This record gives sequence, structure tokens and C-alpha cells, in this order.
Amino acid sequence: MGMTIAEKIVARAAKVDSVKAGDIHTVELDRLLSNDGTTHLTIDMYNNLKDPHIADVSKLVWIVDHNVPSDSPKTAASQKKMRDFAKANGITFYEGKGVCHQIMMENHVVPGELIFGADSHTCAYGALGAFGTGVGCTDYLYGMVTGHSWVLVPETLRFNLTGKLPEGSTARDLILTIIGRIGANGANYKAMEFVGDGMKSLSMSDRISICNLCVEAGAKTALMEVDEIAMDYLKEHGREPKACFKSDEDAVFAAEYDVDLSEIVPIVAKPHFVDNVVPAKESLGVRIDEAFLGSCNNGRLEDLRLGASIIKGKKVAPHVRFLVVPASNAVYQAALEEGILDIFMEAGAIVMNANCSVCWGSCQGVIGEGEVLISTGTRNFKGRAGHKDSFVYLGSAATVTASAIKGEICTADLL
Amino acid sequence: MGATLIEKIVRKNTGLAEAKAGDIVTVNVDRVMIHDIFIPFVADKFEEMGFSKIWDPDKAVLIYDHLVPASQVDDTRHFRRGDEFAAKYGMKNVHHSDGICHQLMTEAGYVKPGNIVFGTDSHTTTYGCVGAFSTGIGYTEMASILGTGKLWIRVPETIRVNINGTLPSNVTSKDIILTLIGDLGADGATYKSLEFAGDTVKNMSVASRMTISNMAIEAGAKCGLFSPDEKTAEYCEIELTDEERDLYGDEDAVYSRVINYRAEDFVPVMACPSQVDKINPVSSLEGTEIDQVFLGSCTNGRLEDLQAAAEILKGKQVAPFVKLIVTPASRKIYRQALEDGTLKILSEAGAMITHPGCGLCCGRAGGILTDGERVVATNNRNFLGRMGTSKVEIFLASPKTAAACAVAGKIVMPEL
Amino acid sequence: MEKFTGKVWLLGDDIDTDIIIPTEYLALKTVEDMKPYAFSPLRPELAGQIQPGDIIVAGKNFGCGSSREQAPEVIKALGVRAVIAKSYARIFFRNSINNGLLLIENEELHDAVSEGDTVEVTVGESVVCNGTSYPISSLPENLLDILNAGGLVKAMRRLNGLED
Repeated sequence: MGMTIAEKIVARAAKVDSVKAGDIHTVELDRLLSNDGTTHLTIDMYNNLKDPHIADVSKLVWIVDHNVPSDSPKTAASQKKMRDFAKANGITFYEGKGVCHQIMMENHVVPGELIFGADSHTCAYGALGAFGTGVGCTDYLYGMVTGHSWVLVPETLRFNLTGKLPEGSTARDLILTIIGRIGANGANYKAMEFVGDGMKSLSMSDRISICNLCVEAGAKTALMEVDEIAMDYLKEHGREPKACFKSDEDAVFAAEYDVDLSEIVPIVAKPHFVDNVVPAKESLGVRIDEAFLGSCNNGRLEDLRLGASIIKGKKVAPHVRFLVVPASNAVYQAALEEGILDIFMEAGAIVMNANCSVCWGSCQGVIGEGEVLISTGTRNFKGRAGHKDSFVYLGSAATVTASAIKGEICTADLL
Repeated sequence: MGATLIEKIVRKNTGLAEAKAGDIVTVNVDRVMIHDIFIPFVADKFEEMGFSKIWDPDKAVLIYDHLVPASQVDDTRHFRRGDEFAAKYGMKNVHHSDGICHQLMTEAGYVKPGNIVFGTDSHTTTYGCVGAFSTGIGYTEMASILGTGKLWIRVPETIRVNINGTLPSNVTSKDIILTLIGDLGADGATYKSLEFAGDTVKNMSVASRMTISNMAIEAGAKCGLFSPDEKTAEYCEIELTDEERDLYGDEDAVYSRVINYRAEDFVPVMACPSQVDKINPVSSLEGTEIDQVFLGSCTNGRLEDLQAAAEILKGKQVAPFVKLIVTPASRKIYRQALEDGTLKILSEAGAMITHPGCGLCCGRAGGILTDGERVVATNNRNFLGRMGTSKVEIFLASPKTAAACAVAGKIVMPEL
Repeated sequence: MEKFTGKVWLLGDDIDTDIIIPTEYLALKTVEDMKPYAFSPLRPELAGQIQPGDIIVAGKNFGCGSSREQAPEVIKALGVRAVIAKSYARIFFRNSINNGLLLIENEELHDAVSEGDTVEVTVGESVVCNGTSYPISSLPENLLDILNAGGLVKAMRRLNGLED
């Protein structure tokens, strides 16, 4: 019987010929990402082990990105613990260089790998045909110490994409549409696989955005085939694939969906769930206090370029704080070179260093009681961006930028 | 008998031709600055005092900088209260995210030579760089000025500081003011005006003078004044009037003290933890390991400061496990540094470049540290707990020294 | 002349405004909310120990640093009856007068007093500590006017005809 991409990657990591959904396998992990959200907890547990050691230090990547620059002595202490441990143990370490998933995509992820990340949006790596999945720090620690873990082989939901996104719609609108369609737990424990002719028109940036958000439908991982576009990206970043998988013709899928990209319209997810989606046009006029363009979901050069093309020559509404936060230093530098940062600065935006910023919501651009944020971040949970009684709408880079200019939720075509 | 610079400014303002040090006079306020942390308090006091209008709304400037971007859930309440107050009383000069108040006050043209300006921030002394008398006050007094346009002051005695000669290439105006604070002590100029003169000062950019005026408060001074000259005129985009040209301290004025420095004698120095007047030569501190470097603030976040750092960092990398945080002082400076390639150099060297604002200097976000960490910073205060816990060691230094330290990962001298 | 006694809390030179109330807590809604954090970088337990009527005795340059008026306000909110220091920074001095916090200047007391001692203050005249009397001076008239009005807010309310 044929296998899905997810099954093939697990089989490779388990060093067996074939696996099927529902099996539990012991796997060798290819890479382990951890960030300052939880690493200090992992270190505490590590230090309490009877025989603490690291199976293969070359597989660990630690990235300080959540509260950068640090906003409190408590944050600083947890980051210092992480930094000191990384230094003492020779762990690959980044601090203040960008959001972890973006750095992983730029510098580490290789097709065919099975990667654990102590962060839910690790599923982003499917854009390069790698099985990335989020784990808690106990699972992380086990993997770090033994080099292994166990995986329940997920069933796969397959999305056949056809057509092209219309002008004004983005990959983010696409994935929000899909999440709305299947619900916030519609892919629980499952892999989401994206294939079809429609993939040809989606850039790497689009693909990362799509895979990254799959956890918001509950997915364990998201996967795509490694095509020419993915290979070009790898080559550009100086890496070679370990293995490039496609699902077999006779692979078994839990469900298959057809999605016509040409039908996608700008979407917003309303407070307080990611699957609470409506066409953006149904939320027009909601007054906003803040807008955020950034995150591992939508903080890449293409997103900033799109925002800049909309705001060029215009101004941020006087009552709005518009935060623009590149996803990595590489993105920052490219946007700087292209004149994009200056466009935002001229328009009155707040341009920050590469980090998670208000998507993480605890240190930068925090919103107050009753305030409304429209964001390209990953989540709109209650209280996620600040005060427990505040409101987060999710939209595309285009919708967020247009809203920042208008001072209320607005789509780019209506400016 | 001659007059000091501050006496001349007070005379011009009040029309009291004989006003002199020690006199208590009521001055007509030319401009006020209120920042985000204190606006809710100013607004409340203003209304509690029973005022119904601002004496001259165009003379009031409201600047959000300490809380940009907001780091705590109640921070944005300050913006809302500020916007509401400004709208209610017709204040048009409101800056939401354009940079640090003191940078904007001179850069955006709110302060001119000979002005008398008050601000709800101790570093309001900064505007002495263009020959304005400016000083910090609390929010209650600010509320009373908004209502009346007036404030009483005691005309301060003056300490005259003459600096002549050429500075060594690794020394900046930051080293001068730190050295002076060390010589005077943190209360050595309390209630007094510091007046700077000499050819070194004349040759200095307004930006460099700003660093000195900004830190005058750290010796307790009420103000730190420079005479307006052609550089000032160019910076302020004005032609100096005869009256403005006359704003210098007369040779025969009464000074409580005169201090003379030879520019050649200055060396790179640092203010060591945790007093601003605990000054040591950088050479005596070399080899001390550091965790972070902060380049920014109203003291040293200007274009020439970023450029000086970039010159040192060009083609190099910040030391492993050391953070370099760069926070330009204003939107204008950010854009200039972007335009001339300075930000690119800094970013490529590994710096985190934040949006203009007070950042780490005011200790609410922007790179807070923890027990046992050391930071070399270009700002104005190294008080206990200012950038994190009371076990954080803060060393204040010039941008050149700071950049050299960032590359080395420890305290080192900037090269000559 | 007004006379009172109080228990002494002893602090050193250059007690800056960031020690009196760190920036981290400056945007809390009220001074009452800030009270627990007063002096926290230097002596985290002090705010909880100070009782109404107590007196702070400090060295030179008390209140140096920022213009934050929360500094004298939080000291007053803790119930401190007066501060007696060798000298004060000027913004802090003005802010204290404007909020009705009594500041007394004396060079010698600091070196003669121990924490926990009780001192007797006669405003404008003297401080008596362990049997020794230290003379203190009166404030200039224009400041006394503000103090006597009950602070600057009251003085301005009077100006606006809202109070007698």
C-alpha cells in the first residue's frame, strides 16, 4: 500500500520500510528547535536529570526571539539561562536575529527531515517538505537527551489546489479560508498536505505562511512536495535535500479537499478564534487602535513589499499605531536595501527589530483594555496581544496595511 | 558689570534689565514639553486646578517616547489620555512615534536660541545646546504653566567651563561631560547653570553639544548652556538676530567658578556602576567582560553617534553571545541613517535596530538585563536598577567606546 | 512653630529617583499602587516597614535624577512626615514643595543618627537627636506661600477662584 509524505518521512526517521497512519514509531530526530518561550524550563528539567547529556549537539538550534529586546528582569533571566547553557554546551544559538521559524527556514530546514520544535508553529517547515511539529518541553528534553522520540503516524488531509489567487488575495487569505472551512480542530492529530497545480503560483513565502498556520486547525504537521520553487530556495540558501517525498498514487488520505485559488477573497479572522473567519468586506469599518505587519506567518520580504506598495505616499491614521516587524535580520536588510523600510518610516509606522513582537504579545506593542488590533500574526486568542479585554483580528499584509491607513478595517481595493 | 548667559536669557525674557543670580523672577514660558509617562498626571492636575484652557496651545508639545512601543497592558492608556487632552484643549503638536522628546524639541524646531522652555523630564536641559534655558519640572508645575504661561525661577549662579584645543580622535563630547561630572560630583552644579565656552566647543556640532547639555543635570545643574553661533543658526534653520548673537557670557560676569580644560587632555572614560560621577578612564577598565551594548538615547542616539559606531563596526561582527541594541533618537535620524548606509552596516554587524524612542535608557523595555550582567551604554544614567535588577552593572560611555566594546565583547579602548 | 517626633530610617548619599520609584512602576494607575515598590532597588523591604509619621534621614543630593513627581508623592503616600538630608537635587526639591512634602536640610544630623532613633523636629528651628540640637533654617517666602496654600494645586485653585 502506498504512503503519504508524512508516512514516508516517519518511515525514514524510524528506519523502517513502511508505516501507516495510527502506528506508533520510535524515530530518530533530525533537528530540535527551541526558543526563549520555554527553553529555561527545559534547562531546569535537564539539570535535574540523573545523568544529563546531549545526544547530538549538532542537531540543536536555540533561538531567542519571543521577547527581544528583553522587557523585564524575569525575561532577561530566562534568556541568560538559555544563552549560558548554549555557550557552555556549544549549541547553535541565535539571539535577536529574527523569529525562530524564519531562521530555521533560512538556515537549517532540509527536505525529508523530522524536526521537533518547542513551539507550535514548527509545522511551517512543511514548505520545504520537512515534517516539523510542535512539542512541549518534556518531549523536547527527551529528544535532546536521547536523540529519539516516538511519533503517532498522523492521518493526512489532502488539499488539491487549483487555479491562481486573484489580485488582492494572498496565501494567508487562502489558509484562513481553509481553517474556517475545517474548523480549529478540523485537522487534530493529522497532517495537512498541499498539492496540485495551484502550488505553482505560490512562492516559498506563501508556502511558509500556509504551513505555519496549519496548527491553528489543530494539525500535527503540514507538508508540501519539494518542487522547483522549493529547490531554488534551498539552493539559494546553500543546502541540499536529504529526501524529497511525494505521496503515492495509492496512499490513503483521511479526506481530500479541492480548493480553487481563484475563489479566495480577503479574509479576516474575528476575535477570539482563528476559525472565526469572514470575508474582510463583512468586517469593514471596525475602528482599530493598532495594526501589526510581521511574525513568522507574514513578516517576510514579500509581505513587507506588499504592505509598502499599499502605503507608499500615504500615512498611517493618526490614532493608529502601525508596527512593522521583519521576520529576520535577512528580511530587515533586504527590506532596507529595497527602500521598503523607508516607505514605512515615512508613512509614520513603527519599524522594529526582527522578533515575535506583538504576535507573542507580551513585550512589544501590547494593547490596552478595549483596544482593537488587526494583525498578520498567528493567533487572535483572547488576551493574546495584551489586556484580557482586548480584541485581535487577523488579516493579510494587504488588509492590515490598508486598515492602518484607514484607521478601521479596510481592504486594499477600497482605499 | 557683565552678565552670564543665563542672566542675559532671563533679562531678555522678563524685561528685568538688572536680573542677576539669586533673584527670584517670574518668567514667560516660550515652550513646554510633556511626555507620555506624565501626561495623564498633568491632565488630571490641570483640571483639578480649575483651568479651562491652555494659555497658548501652540506652545505646548506632547511627545510619546517612553512607552513606544507599549510593553505593559496599561501603557496605551497614556496615549489615549494624551490624545483626548490634546483634542479637548486644542494642542496640535503631538508626536505619537517620532522619537525621543528632547531630540524632537530641537530637531523639529520647537526651541530657538534665547527661549525659556520647561519639560516634564529631567533631561530637558538638552536645549541648552542651542542657547535656550530649559529645565525639568514635575507634572504639577507643568499643569500650572499650561494654565498660566508663567513660572517662578531662581536665577542660578553660573559655573563657566572653558575648553580649548583639539580633542583626541577617540574622544567625543560624551567623554567631556562625563569627565566634568566626575570632577564636579553628581551634586557639584546643583541649582547652577553650566556655561560652556572655548574653541573646542565652537568647533563642535550642535549634536555633540546636545550630549553635553543633556547630561548637565547629572551634575545637578539647572541648565547647560552654549552660546548660539552660526552652527546653531544652521541647525535651527534661522538667521541669528543681534539679540541672539549677544547671548554669551561676558568676560566680566560674576561666575561662581571657572573651570578650564585642555581638549588634548581628555581620554575615553566611563561612568562606572552605579553613580554617574564614578568616572574612570576606559584604559583602567580594559578586559572587563560584558553582556550587552546599548547605542541610543537623547544623549547619544544621533546620526553622528550611529555613524561613529558604524565606522568601528564596519565589516566586523558583534562578539558572540553579546547583544548590540541600537535605538536611533528620532524618526528623522533613523531615515538619515538608513539613507546613508549606517543602519545597513550596523545590522550586518549583528545589531538589533529598534524603532526610535527612549528604549532601554528608561528601563521599561528595550533590553532589560538581569543579575550579574554588564552593559556598556551610551545613555545618561547608570543608577541602581535602572536597566533591570539592582545587580546589573551599567557602564556609561561614548558611542565610539561602546562600539569598540561590542566587537571585543569586553571593555576596550576605542582606537585613536 | 510646628513640632513633631518620628522614627528614623537612614539612607546614604545620592538616593536617586529611580531608587525612590523605578521607571518600571511609573505608569501604574495611582501612587497608592506604586507604594510597595518605593526604594525597591536599594531596600525592597523598606516600603513595607515605613510607618506613618516616620522620618527619612539621608546624605547629600537626595532625589537626584528624573523629574518624576511620583518620587515625593510616593514618599508622602508612605506617610513619611519629613525628609532630612544633607542636600537635595533641585527638581525633587520643587516637586516636594509643590506636593507639600516637608524637606529639611541639615549637614550634621546624618552622621550622628542611627536607624531606629527617634528625633524631634521643630519646623524652621531645630532637630533634636540623642540630646543634641541641630539648627535648621526656614524656607524662602515664595516657597512657604505654596506650602502654606497646601501645595501648588490648591494655590492654582485659589487663583481660579475655586478655593478661598
